[in-house]
Amino acid sequence: MKRAGLIVLAVLVFGYGFSQSSVRKIPSVNVKTLDGRTVNTSGISNEGKPIIISFWATWCKPCIRELDAIADVYEDWVEETGVQLIAVSIDDTRNTAKVSPFINGKGWEYKTLLDPNGDFKRALGVNMVPHTFLVNGKKEIVWQHTTYADGDEDELYEVLVKVAEGKSLK
Amino acid sequence: MKSGLPLTFLILLLYLLPTNSYGQAGLPQGFIPGEVHGNFQTDLQYYNSDTAIGAPEVPEKLLMRGFANVNYTRGKFSAGLRYESYLVTLQGFDTRYDGNAIPYRYATYQNEKLSVTVGSFYEQFGNGLIFRAYEEWGLGYDNAMDGIRLKYEPLKGIYLKGVIGKQRYFMGSGVGTVRGLDLEFSLADMFDSLFSKTNIIIGGGMISKYQSDQDPIYKLPENVAAFAGRLNIISGKFNIGAEYAYKINDPSAANNYIYKDGKSFLFTASYSTKGLGILLTAKQVDNMDFRSDRTADGSSLNINYIPAISKVHTYSLAAYYPYATQPNGEIGIQGDIIYKIKKGSALGGKYGTSISVNYSTVFSIMKSTINDTTTIGETGTLGYNSGFLEIGDTKYFEDLNINISRKFSKKFKAAISFMYFEYNKDVVQGLSGYGTIYGNVAVADLTFKLKPKNTIRVELQNLYTEQDDGSWVMMLAEYTIAPHWFVAAFDEYNYGNDKSNKRFHYFTAQAGYKNKGNTFTLGYGRQRAGIFCVGGVCRNVPASNGVTFAVTSSF
Repeated sequence: MKRAGLIVLAVLVFGYGFSQSSVRKIPSVNVKTLDGRTVNTSGISNEGKPIIISFWATWCKPCIRELDAIADVYEDWVEETGVQLIAVSIDDTRNTAKVSPFINGKGWEYKTLLDPNGDFKRALGVNMVPHTFLVNGKKEIVWQHTTYADGDEDELYEVLVKVAEGKSLK
Repeated sequence: MKSGLPLTFLILLLYLLPTNSYGQAGLPQGFIPGEVHGNFQTDLQYYNSDTAIGAPEVPEKLLMRGFANVNYTRGKFSAGLRYESYLVTLQGFDTRYDGNAIPYRYATYQNEKLSVTVGSFYEQFGNGLIFRAYEEWGLGYDNAMDGIRLKYEPLKGIYLKGVIGKQRYFMGSGVGTVRGLDLEFSLADMFDSLFSKTNIIIGGGMISKYQSDQDPIYKLPENVAAFAGRLNIISGKFNIGAEYAYKINDPSAANNYIYKDGKSFLFTASYSTKGLGILLTAKQVDNMDFRSDRTADGSSLNINYIPAISKVHTYSLAAYYPYATQPNGEIGIQGDIIYKIKKGSALGGKYGTSISVNYSTVFSIMKSTINDTTTIGETGTLGYNSGFLEIGDTKYFEDLNINISRKFSKKFKAAISFMYFEYNKDVVQGLSGYGTIYGNVAVADLTFKLKPKNTIRVELQNLYTEQDDGSWVMMLAEYTIAPHWFVAAFDEYNYGNDKSNKRFHYFTAQAGYKNKGNTFTLGYGRQRAGIFCVGGVCRNVPASNGVTFAVTSSF
């Protein structure tokens, strides 16, 4: 019975996973801001403009390379597309106190959220960092990528411009 | 059969609740379709025996560990499960992870004020000094709770959490029961107008575990409670936090069955402004190993989490001797400065230069005998006397490191790091006869952008030490073609080993493809024995030689 259940489940999962073509909303979980307030992620919004949600950690070298690379062009991206980048730190309590000094020390202009219990990470199916999502003006997740190699930000920019213009990615 | 019922329950749910698989046309007005998402990962390794480096013959040749999470969400309701498979688990992971199972499954109802979860969940109170349930797949660590959790926000800024359950123990549950409550007030959320620039967060919690006592000699406490209180003040550029935890006496295998109470104290203070961040951390731990089974060993059935206060190094040779918290007793401090020299300035260059300096040191705590006839830590006694913030004689760890990184042009970036460390191998790894390792590490990390999408990154690392296995050098070259492909090769060479016949090369080659949420990685080579850490928790990895293949996917 257990095996039969698993097979049925597998069929369903694959059926769902691959046939799913339409909207994916930002899930609703609680995270913290750098000033200690609790906010729900379903409230994330950027007045109809695109949002980049980037999962990172202070100990993750590729994450820092990615956020550094975007920081160099971020002003231009904001001007052209109105995008807002939200850097979600998955640091646990060993490093949560370090996040604010780190962001400031790096001179990053990103809005930052803390997800020390991994609730947001799990809700979005993040296996490892860096993992970056692009959200359109209707607050639908339309694109994602994992890991970082130099130049990946160019692909993100191309997709971002399309999304900002309201074009479909298909 | 254990997971049969919840599984059936979830399948039924998936059947009963229509989704958007068939498109939204024709659905009644106001109907919100559900969403199904999740992720998947599998790691396979084919093992060659390599007696020179100590890699044993693996009878199965091919080992595999993998999982898939499937989460269903519809409005205020969500449910999900994780299928895990260990056939047989990879070398270096606890072999008690074995076979196939659905050890994690949950259903949650959540509205604006209330959240109810039945089944498996991860949670923590404050910094985790008395309670943290979490998982790290890369380490094979998972102490998920299985039971019921309530989260309630009666008024804005007041957060109440209640948990009860059993802890995950590999493929099943531990014998003990864990239950607790936590209350937190965030004044800025409660009184918006009064606290616009300052936030004060006050919190406190208690956790209790129950395990029956069947000991023939000692009368052991069956209910053990721990309490913690915390305060966090955030004002402008300053952030100051402190947490104190207390545990009543809890004789266990981990503390050699002493009847002493436990204490832990954690303090952090930071100042940060654009271009500068400063952080100070101090910590004391005294007899705070806290598990739901007093006989538990290794990293299993931990109820609490005591963060190590040293930098998490990522360069492989800088991470060769990672520190791990000693829950039976330690005292330490950490300082961190991160500074960015402005872009366009003479020193900073066109893009600016980042500098970070980090220092940490950890000592034993002062312990004295309770009377003339009892040795320190003697089983069945009160163990020892100790004070608050009294430093002992033994240094466990010290680390001074500096990192400078700079982008010179669109085509060239460089980062250099230096590190001095002292590492008490006997204490940190629970061994004897190794003593303290003293060493230096230097790292150069150079990135050359050949074309907009083609990049070569080179790492050169040297670890110099006269103790243990002696010095190492590491060279890595990584070639990436954004956004899909990468190849990398690296060699770790133990050139300083005392025994000239042990001066091995550990060469590995890797190639990978990624697309959106999916990555595929293929590798071949030798893996040295060592300690592998994620986010500060570590596991021992034995030497191996073979082919690795990994897939991760998020959907």
